[in-house]
Amino acid sequence: MKWSYASQRKEYGHALIELGKARKNVVVLDADLSGSTRTADFAKEFPEHFFNCGIAEQNMMGTAAGLAASGKIVFASTFAVFATGRCWDQIRQSIAYPKLNVKIVATHAGITVGGDGASHQSGEDVALMRTLPNMTVIVPVDASETFKATKALADHNGPCYMRMGRLDFPIITDAETPFKIGKALLVREGSDITLMGNGVMVSRCVEAAETLLKKNISARVINMSSVKPLDEAIIDAAVKKTGGIVTAEEHNVVSGLGCAVASYVAEHDPVPMRRVGLMDTFGESGEGEELMRKYGLTAEKIIEAVEEVIRRR
Amino acid sequence: MVAIPDDVIIELEKKANLIRRHVIRMTRAAGSGHPGGSLSSSDILSALFFKVMNHRASDPSWEDRDRFILSKGHAAPAYYAALAESGYFPVEELLTLRKLGSRLQGHPSKSKLPGIEMSTGSLGQGLSVANGMALAAKLDRKSYRIYCLCGDGEMQSGQIWEAAMLGAHYELDNVTAFVDRNKLQIDGPTEKIMSVEPLPEKWKAFGWNTIEIDGHDMRQILDACEKAKEMKGKPTMIIAHTVKGKGVSFMENALSFHGKSPNDEEAKKALKELGENQ
Repeated sequence: MKWSYASQRKEYGHALIELGKARKNVVVLDADLSGSTRTADFAKEFPEHFFNCGIAEQNMMGTAAGLAASGKIVFASTFAVFATGRCWDQIRQSIAYPKLNVKIVATHAGITVGGDGASHQSGEDVALMRTLPNMTVIVPVDASETFKATKALADHNGPCYMRMGRLDFPIITDAETPFKIGKALLVREGSDITLMGNGVMVSRCVEAAETLLKKNISARVINMSSVKPLDEAIIDAAVKKTGGIVTAEEHNVVSGLGCAVASYVAEHDPVPMRRVGLMDTFGESGEGEELMRKYGLTAEKIIEAVEEVIRRR
Repeated sequence: MVAIPDDVIIELEKKANLIRRHVIRMTRAAGSGHPGGSLSSSDILSALFFKVMNHRASDPSWEDRDRFILSKGHAAPAYYAALAESGYFPVEELLTLRKLGSRLQGHPSKSKLPGIEMSTGSLGQGLSVANGMALAAKLDRKSYRIYCLCGDGEMQSGQIWEAAMLGAHYELDNVTAFVDRNKLQIDGPTEKIMSVEPLPEKWKAFGWNTIEIDGHDMRQILDACEKAKEMKGKPTMIIAHTVKGKGVSFMENALSFHGKSPNDEEAKKALKELGENQ
């Protein structure tokens, strides 16, 4: 398929500037990666409301908590692996437990980080954040949704985590597409199987659906950008209508979107499922697209999973 | 500096002892908790809650209040006693400490009890939060101050020094922090477990206005807080030399009472020493 691509990070920076203009209580923190996370765009417009915390992410999260406890809407950004792994206890104790209004918005999630290798890639961040009570977890599908989600996070009172990729991602939504925390988006109708993805993997689900159509399999595609809370109604409908689900995420299959969906399905109306994602492995250096192929984050893997689910039904 | 009359000092010392008696009763009733580090910080808490800080128990979220963060969250019994005696909640509720359904969690929880500015307990995190509140005050052109009480064991946490750097970098002169330097942590003396000295030199090197005091001398505590208020462009760290278990002879410098409550007999003896009938 021919896709147009756009940058999520750029739209994050753009949304922050709009928020800064509209609300006086928006404060942005970064840990020496403001050029990469694009919080530097905000810093340029609102230097007084931006604080670089240096390479000290744990302190950044505590500082964010103090600002939020004083009535600020705080965005704290760095790479996904540092934002969630290095600071998990600070987020748990100082942000999630007291339910403070801190938005942890991370870039360079997944393995499409590329050349930096496994130390800078993140296949665990969604799992780490999803397990925290009070936490909202969003994995936007593309640039436009990132813009809307950033604004939605500011409107939501409470701790949130959002992750973005480093690369430009295929455009799935436009300015008119609705976004609401807790609501999934039907991208494509279908009746034989449901493909639920988030982030860049929604585009792989759409590619898979195109190919499956040629095999007379009608695949429904859903953008599950809201990992927590999950859109349970859309899962119920998918189960009833299609009787099988394949999930796809640029994240470890352990405790990510696939597990969230599988837990819900298993406890309500079990149907055959498969999860496509990183198979409990670290990544390595390489080009983003090369890595996606090597680690099975492809339409082909989704199609294989669909065929297996259909056989098991 | 305005001289503080003797009767004010005596009153604050009495309140500190009242906090100590509550600590003994509370940890006895709970059957667990941390009396040692609560007793060492009782004088500092008395000074802050009954003299130094502007706060209103009738309006815990008053915008211009001074903020207090107990970074050493395990001293919660003394903190709760100071809050109750300030009028944030009924004094009788103190005896519910650590009980199922109580607002007095084993470590302070912001969402449960009025007056708690921040949930703490996982050590090394409070100073970062104090810095965030101080940045917010500066942004809002507010003159309230942030007070933070750290334990000396916390000085072993990397995050404390990250916060030390940030506080100096952003010139957070609205932060007054204390180290309750009682020289003991759960496993033994701090200098045996993991040396934190030379503490004053470290804080000075990190760019903080550093003051050393006897943390049980009420006048020295108040003077240090005044000096911190006068300092421009630098946050203040008050290194308060204290005695773990202060005020109860058999608990003083006794490692065993870091995280163990007194039994009935010990509690009785302790209360007697603390002037139960005062």
